[in-house]
Amino acid sequence: MNQPHEQKVPPRLALAHISKSFPGVKANDDVSLSVGRGEIHALLGENGAGKSTLVKILYGVQQADEGSIAWDGEIVSIPSPKAARQLGIGMVFQHFSLFDAMTVIENIALGLDEAVDRDVLKARVAAILDSYSLPLDPEREVHTLSVGERQRIEIVRCLLQKPKLLIMDEPTSVLTPQEVEKLFGTLRQIAAEGCAILYISHKLDEIKALCETATILRGGRVVASCDPRTETTRRMAELMIGAELRQLERAAGDRAGAARLAVAGLSLPGEPPFGTDLEGLSFEARAGEILGIAGVAGNGQSELLTALSGERLAERSEAILLDGKPVGQLGAGPRRALGLACVPEERNGHAAVPDFSLAENTVLTARHRLPLAPLGVISGRDVLRFTDAIIKRFDVRTTSPAAPAQSLSGGNLQKFIMGREIGQEPGVLVVCQPTWGVDAGAAAAIRQELVDLAAKGSAVVVISQDLDELLELSDRLCIINEGRLSPPRAVASYGIDEIGLMMGGIHGEAGPAAGAAHA
Amino acid sequence: MTPEMLVSIFMTLVAASTPLLLAALGELVVEKSGVLNLGVEGMMLCGAVAGFAVAFSSGSVGLGLLAAIAAGVATAMIFAVLTLSLTANQVATGLALTIFGIGTSSLIGAGFVGRTIERLGPVFPAGLSEHPLLKAIFGHDIVVYLSLALVLAVSLFLRRSRPGLILRAVGENAASAHAIGYPVLAIRYAAVAFGGALAGLGGAYFSLALTPMWADRLTAGRGWIALALVVFAAWRPGRLLLGAYLFGAVMTLELQAKAAGVTWLAPEFLAMTPYLATIAVLTMMSLGRRTGRPDAPACLGKPFSAS
Repeated sequence: MNQPHEQKVPPRLALAHISKSFPGVKANDDVSLSVGRGEIHALLGENGAGKSTLVKILYGVQQADEGSIAWDGEIVSIPSPKAARQLGIGMVFQHFSLFDAMTVIENIALGLDEAVDRDVLKARVAAILDSYSLPLDPEREVHTLSVGERQRIEIVRCLLQKPKLLIMDEPTSVLTPQEVEKLFGTLRQIAAEGCAILYISHKLDEIKALCETATILRGGRVVASCDPRTETTRRMAELMIGAELRQLERAAGDRAGAARLAVAGLSLPGEPPFGTDLEGLSFEARAGEILGIAGVAGNGQSELLTALSGERLAERSEAILLDGKPVGQLGAGPRRALGLACVPEERNGHAAVPDFSLAENTVLTARHRLPLAPLGVISGRDVLRFTDAIIKRFDVRTTSPAAPAQSLSGGNLQKFIMGREIGQEPGVLVVCQPTWGVDAGAAAAIRQELVDLAAKGSAVVVISQDLDELLELSDRLCIINEGRLSPPRAVASYGIDEIGLMMGGIHGEAGPAAGAAHA
Repeated sequence: MTPEMLVSIFMTLVAASTPLLLAALGELVVEKSGVLNLGVEGMMLCGAVAGFAVAFSSGSVGLGLLAAIAAGVATAMIFAVLTLSLTANQVATGLALTIFGIGTSSLIGAGFVGRTIERLGPVFPAGLSEHPLLKAIFGHDIVVYLSLALVLAVSLFLRRSRPGLILRAVGENAASAHAIGYPVLAIRYAAVAFGGALAGLGGAYFSLALTPMWADRLTAGRGWIALALVVFAAWRPGRLLLGAYLFGAVMTLELQAKAAGVTWLAPEFLAMTPYLATIAVLTMMSLGRRTGRPDAPACLGKPFSAS
């Protein structure tokens, strides 16, 4: 952007030959990169590529073994996050460090290094909200806010400290398309005022839309840097995973057969205190198809999953039909035995018992469909064989089937849990966020397995906030908003704007027409 | 009923409520920081016996109160080291602390059983409380006024001050508070110490003001009621004041009924009333709870270790 200045002014941040080792792994290996004033710089890489380590070094959470950090041309050391903030580095974390039961303004006050008078702080926050036209009510309690609004709290927290470099760690993973647009507008404005932005993501479309430079990391090393505006997404993805990207293979045409899962008028009160009430949900998932359910988090997805899995029972048995059999009043075990498997969003503690070994976790859900525990006695050999098969087939990186579930990284545990359910070949598989936190290569493999499962005649229901994933996977799509579900329609009949509006709660019969008009 | 009788009942009510209020207020702060200390009864007993021993030996009730506070803090520190530094289970450790307190107070108090001291007197000169109405206002001892001031202070501290905000943050989400850079364990140590001080003071109120003589298990389970009160009050100091005085009223009712010679109800049943009231109120609370947010601090009872 500022081509003429580039030679005269030292870059805001220059990392030179940064290396960092942990026992058994070299997280960063001779990494160099520089970010100029007002530049939006993408840091691109898969899980485990060393992005987070690099950012932690930069934000003072960890120290580099070798290499140097130059700030405005001067070598600095960053021993703590506080020191980073004093230099002018602000960071918006992927998992927000917010306090749910407290108000926005209290959360902002907690993030400041010094005490600021309440009224002064309110005025400063109001000024920032105003100048970036960010909608946010400082007196609301955080648990009542959407994810996008929560992120704005973190951004305001950073902006209060007038940062010169803003680090955004996977900021869009949970936002609606409209919220993403809004965020990009804010980031462009921040950059235009001279603040450098380091943008960490593996979403290539976004990086193309937002960033001027990209540094691609793989296995802790810089493998390329490029201008994402001119590079193709496919090429960047291949640089990122170091191999050719697997294209999703699926047979063309409408393969859908008879309804395997039929939900009719399913209503369920949400669990207090934050639950969403489900109101009269109806849909069918047919043999051979993948039905996508899109929506922003907290609109009834988790309630829907618990209602389908049998953790909570429906009021009427006929509200849920599995292959024509009413199962609404059956618990989770009997439903599994009949062929309805569910994968909840929360891996540690819901989909798997963290302290149990992978083999034990396998028994917990697979015993209903596989002869792992005949007459109630666990057959160690069969369990090991099945667990081993999952680990191999889904490329789960672990030491052994005896490793506790919590020792696996999030992505690996997700691969294991998906493998455990898919390996049972259920008639209906309901999954929530199947590739959450899983890197691009593994995500492609999981999606392929879902497609293959459907091709064998199962019905697959994917509940996700990741629209790209749903658009790629689903045959039909419906949108959940405030506990209500729109009727499923073929994916091709939606415009992206329309989906975004429906996720945001704007329904109406004029939907498709309005979507077409926008497109 | 004469005004003198009404005032006398009121004075009894205030006196019965004060130790509950103190112990529960301390526990409220402890729980707001995310720590569940079930050892309130034990800390109260340690405070009660230390206060009595020092007051008896030195002849000064004031010194006794200070000793009780110190004993409460010391007992609380045992809990703090075990649960915070060594991340022992808070529930089990708290229960053990109560048993420890019962035993220790019995041991130390063995030589004092039946001994009496001069009780803690009103703080204002007697001339001020000649009229019954004035007596209801000015006739109390210093601990009563202190407990009321502390309710206000704790309420302002939690809602208005920055340290109070940080303390609540630690109880809400210890990991985030640590990530931002607050010393989670140090804050929790301070909160547990405060809880111990107030529990010790509350315990000493039994042995120095209510019944100025030593008897085994003097606090008679009031520490448990204090714990229930915190839940009853939904972790709000204002409601805690209300709850403590409500229970104080129930206990006074029991005494008055005994004094009036009520015979149609067994005395054992009368003695049960405060505890029955505790169970009834807690049940009603959980039945009636449909508020928008959880009352309990989100990290209550969860151990935290910075790593």
